[in-house]
Amino acid sequence: MALSTSLRSNLIKPLTALTALSSTHRLRSPFSSSADDATVLTIETSVPFIGHNCEPPSRNVETTPKELLGFFHDMALMRRMEIASDSLYKSKLIRGFCHLYDGQEAVAVGMEAAITRRDCIITAYRDHCIYLGRGGTLFECFSELMGRQSGCSKGKGGSMHFYKKENGFYGGHGIVGAQIPLGCGLAFAQKYSKDETVTFAMYGDGAANQGQLFEALNMAALWDLPAILVCENNHYGMGTAEWRAAKSPAYYKRGDYVPGLKVDGMDVLAVKQACRFAKEHALKNGPIILEMDTYRYHGHSMSDPGSTYRTRDEISGVRQERDPIERVRKLILSHELSNEAELKSIEKEIRGQVDDAIAQAKESPMPDPSELFTNVYVKGFGIEVAGADRKEVRGVLP
Amino acid sequence: MAAIFQGIGAAAALPSTEKFHSQSRRFVSARKGSLFVVRSDGRPSLGSSPRSRGAQHLITNAVAAKADASATSTASKPGHELLLFEALREGLEEEMDRDPRVCVMGEDVGHYGGSYKVTKGLATKYGDLRVLDTPIAENSFTGMGIGAAMTGLRPIIEGMNMGFLLLAFNQISNNCGMLHYTSGGQFKIPVVIRGPGGVGRQLGAEHSQRLESYFQSIPGIQMVACSTPYNAKGLMKAAIRSENPVILFEHVLLYNLKERIPDEEYVLSLEEAEMVRPGEHVTILTYSRMRYHVMQAAKTLVNKGYDPEVIDIRSLKPFDLYTIGNSVKKTHRVLIVEECMRTGGIGASLTAAITENFIDYLDAPIVCLSSQDVPTPYAGTLEEWTVVQPAQIVTAVEQLCQ
Repeated sequence: MALSTSLRSNLIKPLTALTALSSTHRLRSPFSSSADDATVLTIETSVPFIGHNCEPPSRNVETTPKELLGFFHDMALMRRMEIASDSLYKSKLIRGFCHLYDGQEAVAVGMEAAITRRDCIITAYRDHCIYLGRGGTLFECFSELMGRQSGCSKGKGGSMHFYKKENGFYGGHGIVGAQIPLGCGLAFAQKYSKDETVTFAMYGDGAANQGQLFEALNMAALWDLPAILVCENNHYGMGTAEWRAAKSPAYYKRGDYVPGLKVDGMDVLAVKQACRFAKEHALKNGPIILEMDTYRYHGHSMSDPGSTYRTRDEISGVRQERDPIERVRKLILSHELSNEAELKSIEKEIRGQVDDAIAQAKESPMPDPSELFTNVYVKGFGIEVAGADRKEVRGVLP
Repeated sequence: MAAIFQGIGAAAALPSTEKFHSQSRRFVSARKGSLFVVRSDGRPSLGSSPRSRGAQHLITNAVAAKADASATSTASKPGHELLLFEALREGLEEEMDRDPRVCVMGEDVGHYGGSYKVTKGLATKYGDLRVLDTPIAENSFTGMGIGAAMTGLRPIIEGMNMGFLLLAFNQISNNCGMLHYTSGGQFKIPVVIRGPGGVGRQLGAEHSQRLESYFQSIPGIQMVACSTPYNAKGLMKAAIRSENPVILFEHVLLYNLKERIPDEEYVLSLEEAEMVRPGEHVTILTYSRMRYHVMQAAKTLVNKGYDPEVIDIRSLKPFDLYTIGNSVKKTHRVLIVEECMRTGGIGASLTAAITENFIDYLDAPIVCLSSQDVPTPYAGTLEEWTVVQPAQIVTAVEQLCQ
């Protein structure tokens, strides 16, 4: 089920007990503390946006209590899922490659808040949370990770190949950088069909040095494709720090003639503002690059401890100062939209949901052996068969 | 066998511009006779569904422009004459008219009209977005085509020379071939990747590559090779209509072949082989340009008293083991003539496939004539020696039939 529906059902009950409290801060209007959608809060992002060849958007982001609580819930769910995946991997229920997204949740959640399901998102292999944000369920996630038939790709894709076509999530790609031309292709199709939607093609700081990125960027700029290239800069390309791989780690400037924006990727409101700005820009003027300054707590993947190329102090430092969930928690508490106990109960509920989904996925069946040969071709080889008498004959081959 | 020669010679007018061409023309019209019955019933050994089409059981599709006239022979029907690149263009144009989602992208396909004139005039007719001139960035424009196909468009990606598509190998292998599988069936990739390949006239090593062998292991794609204007148009249309990604291999030296093709619309099957010349003594399997070398050798062979059966396999992946198998069962000897390299080429796979399936029917080991495992040299004489020549085919058949 979608994150938002569970949110509504969970949060309305506990919060009716809270009394209304007035605010004494500037820039914030008086509000009632229930999870309502009507009160508008204007919150300043912690770090200003830096623009390249464009005017950055304002630091003041409008949001509502309901949206903030939604952010908290969604990010906590993603965090919990990734941590649960960690333990599943260690107990060998998930094999192969498993790239975890914890620390970067703000990018997925903030982006969703700014766009619709008709806009497309395509990303690389660190895709579990983005899949969840696009409307995937925990059960489908865990089933796919454990290779079960009920997984989102029928167990045949694995961790790096989550897709949800009907919600505009185009995956899920294992080869670094190869998804960027695909993303420009999605944008090309959107322009061809005159959809007025955009594509967010996400990649990392490691992929930012790929030639195909610049090729795709050139084409997107040449034809004004509505493509937004989002560099999730977590500062490490597997084991190599960004300053050791790139002469110019200012990835938002690397587009040269393509405008860019540097965003604090640990601040969900900044991400939301940037994505909204980028969508407007892309529909009018063509491609734009967003560099999300973010961080991952885990190593590159489960086979990487993550501490050989960075210090534990650095990791815990970021966790203390910039953690996206803590930031939203502080916002919620300081604006008195909820209290500690309620937030803790949300987290407890999430933990329960995740555990249930894992239990359910563990029970679900592995794919049938006949599935080995399905979906190699569409409908087997079944296409029209014409004979030598030069007529179109339709016969369907298996 | 002599009877067939005379019969065809009388029936067909042969406006040929090339020596090779006249050979193929003759047997194209012969296809309408008994050959059709041979192929029409039963199943390819790969699949298992019954495909019952005899000459009497044709299920004509509403798409065919004229519903009748299945009995009249091709030779008497007006048809129109054109060159192979024009046939490709005709097929492309008809499909673009039929389905607005079909688009073309490649280097110099738009305003320039295509380096081999296959897309000439299309940009003026359909606009710059539908016939897209891309920068020289094969990896990413192939990726773009695949991304567009994921949403439902049907792009045709042209590689100016097949060799350049090596730069896009990652996109073709991982994204094009495998996305349907790794997404559990969510995405279809109905792209057509086409372009000229093969050894030309002293084009040099890098521009004379045969990529069939590199692509053949990619799961999820289909490969076809066209050799005549008739099958070029039919295969182009079939490839565009197919929901699977198809790689259509054309040959640089075949673009100016002339043939008379029917006016009415027709679509060929992507998985069928073409019986070029029926025979009794030996089965010669070939495709693309080597078909013409084989037919030239066949003239010599016939004069020497041999009766080769020539099959243009057309479908390089999957192989039409049904047609091939029937032929092997009849002749018991197989000669494969291809332009691919000896190591790991299409011939090597075909040899393995035939041996696995039809070993009991073979009277002699399969002989495979392929190009030498060398980069194609520039010098004309050396280049001639890298590819299979008709004289070598004659010798091989003589040895095989001892």
